Amino acid sequence: MAENIKVAENTVPMLEVKSLSIQFGGLHAVDGLNMKIRKGQLYGLIGPNGAGKTTVFNMLTGVYKPTSGVIMLDGENITGKPAIVINRAGIARTFQNIRLFKNMSVLDNVKAGLHNHTKYTAIEGVLRLPRYFKEEKRTTEKAMELLKVFELDGEAEHLAANLPYGKQRKLEIARALATDPKLLLLDEPAAGMNPNETAELMQTIHFVRDSFDMTILLIEHDMKLVSGICEELTVLNFGQELAQGETSAVLNDPKVITAYLGE
Amino acid sequence: MRKATKNNLVTCGITLGFFVIFGILSMTGVLGSQLSGLLIPIGIYIILAISLNLTVGVLGELSLGHAGFMCVGAYVGGIFSIITQDTINPSWLRMILALVIGGLAAAIFGLLIGIPVLRLRGDYLAIVTLGFGEIVKAIANNIYIAMDKNGLHFSFAASITDIDAATKTDVTAGPLGMKAPQDTNLILVVVVLMICLVALMTFIDSRTGRACMAIRDNYIAAQSVGINVTKYRLIAFVVSAAIAGVAGVLYSHSITSLVSKKFDYNLSILILVFVVLGGLGSLRGSVIATIILYALPEIFRELGDYRMLIYAIVLILMMIFNNAPSFIMLRERIGASAPVQKIKSIFVRKKNTAGGAE
Repeated sequence: MAENIKVAENTVPMLEVKSLSIQFGGLHAVDGLNMKIRKGQLYGLIGPNGAGKTTVFNMLTGVYKPTSGVIMLDGENITGKPAIVINRAGIARTFQNIRLFKNMSVLDNVKAGLHNHTKYTAIEGVLRLPRYFKEEKRTTEKAMELLKVFELDGEAEHLAANLPYGKQRKLEIARALATDPKLLLLDEPAAGMNPNETAELMQTIHFVRDSFDMTILLIEHDMKLVSGICEELTVLNFGQELAQGETSAVLNDPKVITAYLGE
Repeated sequence: MRKATKNNLVTCGITLGFFVIFGILSMTGVLGSQLSGLLIPIGIYIILAISLNLTVGVLGELSLGHAGFMCVGAYVGGIFSIITQDTINPSWLRMILALVIGGLAAAIFGLLIGIPVLRLRGDYLAIVTLGFGEIVKAIANNIYIAMDKNGLHFSFAASITDIDAATKTDVTAGPLGMKAPQDTNLILVVVVLMICLVALMTFIDSRTGRACMAIRDNYIAAQSVGINVTKYRLIAFVVSAAIAGVAGVLYSHSITSLVSKKFDYNLSILILVFVVLGGLGSLRGSVIATIILYALPEIFRELGDYRMLIYAIVLILMMIFNNAPSFIMLRERIGASAPVQKIKSIFVRKKNTAGGAE
């Protein structure tokens, strides 16, 4: 019996992408991408600038509708669904250019992430019925727990815009985790960080994977981070898959080296 | 106590304090009749400003037709009161019903505008509400309603002729406007104002308000955490319209003759000025800015045209006071200075001892 469950876990991937394509006019931004991510895996999506990595993220999260192809999340078809439906199905993301709720407090940013897990209606909120206090207390506690994990609890009342850059990145991850996802997408988490901050970020990502039992797909340019934490990679070039497989093998692939460094 | 709750209590205190002090001054005759007459309109304009602040400051959408929603509330509430003047007594019950009906009518218009427009991103809401305000004004200016023993008579052409003269009552007569019963008094205005103020505070400081502010700050990120953007924009906009409608009902029952010309573009802009100068998203700012900017031209009435000069200077000073970095620093320094801290500590100690006694 236990073996059967294990087999089932191995056969249904957390994310399965089959011949995913999108066209903007005549431009094939992403063309026939295939990808399989197992539960609990740390998976990297890399490629030179303009390869279509963020476009893949935008299709996975429902910002763009793919022209063709299928996206399966944990066995559920989510192709072309709207962004909020996909978030409820279990995909959360961070952005390449940080998108926080800048004029809200750090705590409120995470509480906004907990929006769909805070269960009271607008009327209950306005009239301050008992459920408001109960749910609001629970939400605040949960948000503070998440902030503590990312060592942001000391700044809970600060405005998000006033946080230093590295902490803004962390807050974005905390907010994404607040939606209780199955799959976390990180879009260039190390962009603009110095080597110390990057090293700390690697620890954070590992920690998130282990303690939240999370599957993580990340886009990154920092090769040290990629080779340090990703278990498998897909390399995109001009919208097409260039290589796929275990990190060390892919990074030593002559095709990949050519794509990055030129002939 | 949470910081937000504390802030809200201070705002309620300021608002209630202002009306209690000036209400007593006006009752005892210290305040002249001219200034006493300002209290009711100030209360009504505060309601309008805080409701517009929900759309502009919290939701981050520009609305240029707030007077239109006020107009809907004023006319619908007024018509209701005139029709039921003889059937529903006492007058306070009629007035409460009029407030509810006027607010609902404005909410329905808000919903009708919001459903198509709030699905779009950009400045469409500003354009559509601008048009809406003018359309409502034009309709109100051209509608004739009268009542006789056979029932109600409507016309858009001219005054109604085929009517039983003996039992005729004019409800609204086109550009001549209507005469709703004078059911608004200062206490009612203050009660409605405080209800609206507290409701807006609790609305903003809840899951719903957080969702609205998240949408204001970053539309795409709000969607990515599963917030239904269209739904929350619609909720906030409709609530804002409904409260403007309630203010309209109070207004139409506070003046002897209501004409639609009053609800023009300038009124919408005036309310927007109160909101922007008071600070976007700050209810306390809207309250204070409305009091100062509404009372000012009236106080300096003797100066004739020069009063607009003073008005302009005050506008500029308020802008500087709210936004210039040196003024913000000065404000912080005053807040941290010894005398202010001493006064604050008195309040804190009082609260502590009160808590200890319990």
